[in-house]
Amino acid sequence: MSSRIPLVPENTVPLPSLKANNGLLSWVSSIDHKQIGIMYLIITLIYFLLGGLEALLIRVQLAHPGNDFLTPEVYNQLFTMHGTTMIFFVVMPFLIGVGVYLLPLMIGARDMAFPRLNALSFWLFFFGGILLYYSFLTQSGAPDVGWFAYAPLSEKPFSLNKGPTYWALGLLASGIGSVASGLNNVVILPAFGIISEVIPVFSRKPIYGYEFVAASTVAIGLLSLGVWAHHMFAVGLGNVTNAFFSLASMLIAIPTGVKVLNWVATMWGGRINFATPMLFGTAFIIEFVVGGLTGVAIASVPIDWVVTDSYFIVAHFHYAIFGGSVFAIFAGVYYWFPKFTGRMLSETLGKWHFWLTVVGFNMTFFIQHFLGVMGMPRRTYTYYDMPYWGSMNLISTIGALVLGLSVIVFVWNILASLRHGRPAGDNPWNAWTLEWATTSPPAVENFELVPPVRGRRPLWDLAHPDMPDEPDAKIV
Amino acid sequence: MENLGGLFNPSSPEMEAMAGLTYYTIALCLVILGIIVIAVAYIIIRYRKKPGDDGEPYQNFGDIKLEIVWTAIPIAMVAVLFLLTCSTMKVVDPPAGDREPDLVIIGHQWWWEIRYPSSGVSTSNEIHIPAGEKMLVRLESIDVIHDFWVPELGRKIDLVPGHPNYIWLMAGKPGVYLGACAEFCGDQHANMRIRVVAEPEAEFKKWLDGQLAIPRTPTGGIAADGAKLFQTMACMNCHTIRGTAAAARVGPDLTHLADRATIGAGVLTNTPENLSKWLANPQRYKQGALMPNMKLSDSEVKSIVAYLEALDEQ
Repeated sequence: MSSRIPLVPENTVPLPSLKANNGLLSWVSSIDHKQIGIMYLIITLIYFLLGGLEALLIRVQLAHPGNDFLTPEVYNQLFTMHGTTMIFFVVMPFLIGVGVYLLPLMIGARDMAFPRLNALSFWLFFFGGILLYYSFLTQSGAPDVGWFAYAPLSEKPFSLNKGPTYWALGLLASGIGSVASGLNNVVILPAFGIISEVIPVFSRKPIYGYEFVAASTVAIGLLSLGVWAHHMFAVGLGNVTNAFFSLASMLIAIPTGVKVLNWVATMWGGRINFATPMLFGTAFIIEFVVGGLTGVAIASVPIDWVVTDSYFIVAHFHYAIFGGSVFAIFAGVYYWFPKFTGRMLSETLGKWHFWLTVVGFNMTFFIQHFLGVMGMPRRTYTYYDMPYWGSMNLISTIGALVLGLSVIVFVWNILASLRHGRPAGDNPWNAWTLEWATTSPPAVENFELVPPVRGRRPLWDLAHPDMPDEPDAKIV
Repeated sequence: MENLGGLFNPSSPEMEAMAGLTYYTIALCLVILGIIVIAVAYIIIRYRKKPGDDGEPYQNFGDIKLEIVWTAIPIAMVAVLFLLTCSTMKVVDPPAGDREPDLVIIGHQWWWEIRYPSSGVSTSNEIHIPAGEKMLVRLESIDVIHDFWVPELGRKIDLVPGHPNYIWLMAGKPGVYLGACAEFCGDQHANMRIRVVAEPEAEFKKWLDGQLAIPRTPTGGIAADGAKLFQTMACMNCHTIRGTAAAARVGPDLTHLADRATIGAGVLTNTPENLSKWLANPQRYKQGALMPNMKLSDSEVKSIVAYLEALDEQ
């Protein structure tokens, strides 16, 4: 927008173009937080497609009982790589990438505090992923011991191939990377952050109960340190140990519930614009609550004894990680793509993507709750022809194909909008945080001075000098 | 609902307790989900931006009383669920005291070794128990972590190498209850099936006596050839046949193989035809299984099958 009055003097040097002289070099050698952020997003998109392809092959194999589309070895490699990829090379690095891009902008800074460390993190992640995927090209194939790689199955006497070694080294490299720049492995918390940005902006209201939403993040982070043994209720730890971890896991529901109710209360009384980011944000609430509630249920030890290591668990964590983190990621992509690229994503394709995702996702995973309690174990390359198992698995497989189609629409939307998308302007959503106070995409080194911030919504205060958020607040 | 199996057909007091808790909790979860869905649906209809409606709505920053209420209610719910959790754990896993186990189950890649310590009976993949009687089971693993799961009878329990676990196993009524390994344990995790056969006391005793019988080695016909092949080829390096020199415990005890319902921990129904197919190439039916393709000739297969079938006929 040409009529824009900047908050503070801004830098004007644009980010280097790939097409310019030494364009590629200027990216791979960059320590700029926005370039590194974009590189994270591009690489995670590639891994998202690879991990998704692995999931589709898994679902095709399970389409009917006794299928021999994949051998057991290949099946075991695919589900190991799918889990590892989606957690460590899609959800975590996407959230780190989006944070690396946005946080300096949101606080009015020029870059990360340690830009070189930031670049080191990215390249450790990048080469860690290559090391992991290189295993497919080796004689022994990819790792096939599950994404938890339990000993002793993952040790030499029981895993003669090199897969687990590639797995361990690849994850060590990328793990050092993710710890160095984003010390946060709770993959739902940054996703909650995205939702806490999107829902207020599209409801045209401040986040309801800010202090409670913020404090609940801290509570979840602390409690999450004491829940790890909830994966181990069936290993024979004894009732006292189990009860401790059971209670700790159940307690997480309380701050999480506080967040959900505050998001709903933020929407209440709003004037809600259901553009694609808000569609994903709203669906996130429902899908995540399904995963959250089954999470409380399986925190109860006897219920866990019934459902652990069954397809119920597969359904549960896909509702939490796909219905939660990935829906939030989609909301974030549609919300910030205009800022990252200067162009809007297509709303029409966005709506197609959204509805195909909702239908495909629920069709794939909801029915798996029932398969699990009926007795279908997870991580099996085939299953027996028990009553209804074949048809229920087929429904799940068709859902996965719909989900695959939704991803094609998503990628198409990104590629088409990069070339032909409507120009975004600085602040297409009329949002309130500092990243929207500058050009899209922002120039190298963002702001020349630290912008004045008097409240949580600096651009609201700027637009409404008559009723700023917190008139008594001091300059932060 | 019963034919859906698993949680829908609880067949022991322990499973009934766990199913009850599961139903109660899921019902509570559905109520909460229902409230959220209705609230969001109402919001979508009521607070959707209407055309021409360009002003900003009332800027509401929150309400501390509401926050306290919706923090307190989940705390109360969690407290109730936790108390129910503890009481159900006690029902399912009461202390065994110094009682000796009635059954020892040892996990192998990819089959189950079943031993009855008091009688010395050893079998595999099929567990015979007297219906209505609570059996104390000790679970061990010889290689990697496995998990014992018979969905209609009770909880899952891991078989951890070097760390024996105990559970109570009981079936309220006679019947066949199917289960499987539930912890990923390698290539053939999918084909590591369990068959629990619960019988009336008298039939169970009869079965146990049958298992105790030491069969005579056949002396004539192709079964005798089979007996000789079993001792001279690699079979005896891994398998036991009581009353002979074959006493290895790497693979299943084959003394009463013909008495069992399946071959290969569930991959094939146990018929002489299927046993022949299995012996001709086990890898075809259970790729990665530790029993190699012995490259037996057709007549060798025939002889060994005749031998194994003859053992149980006596």
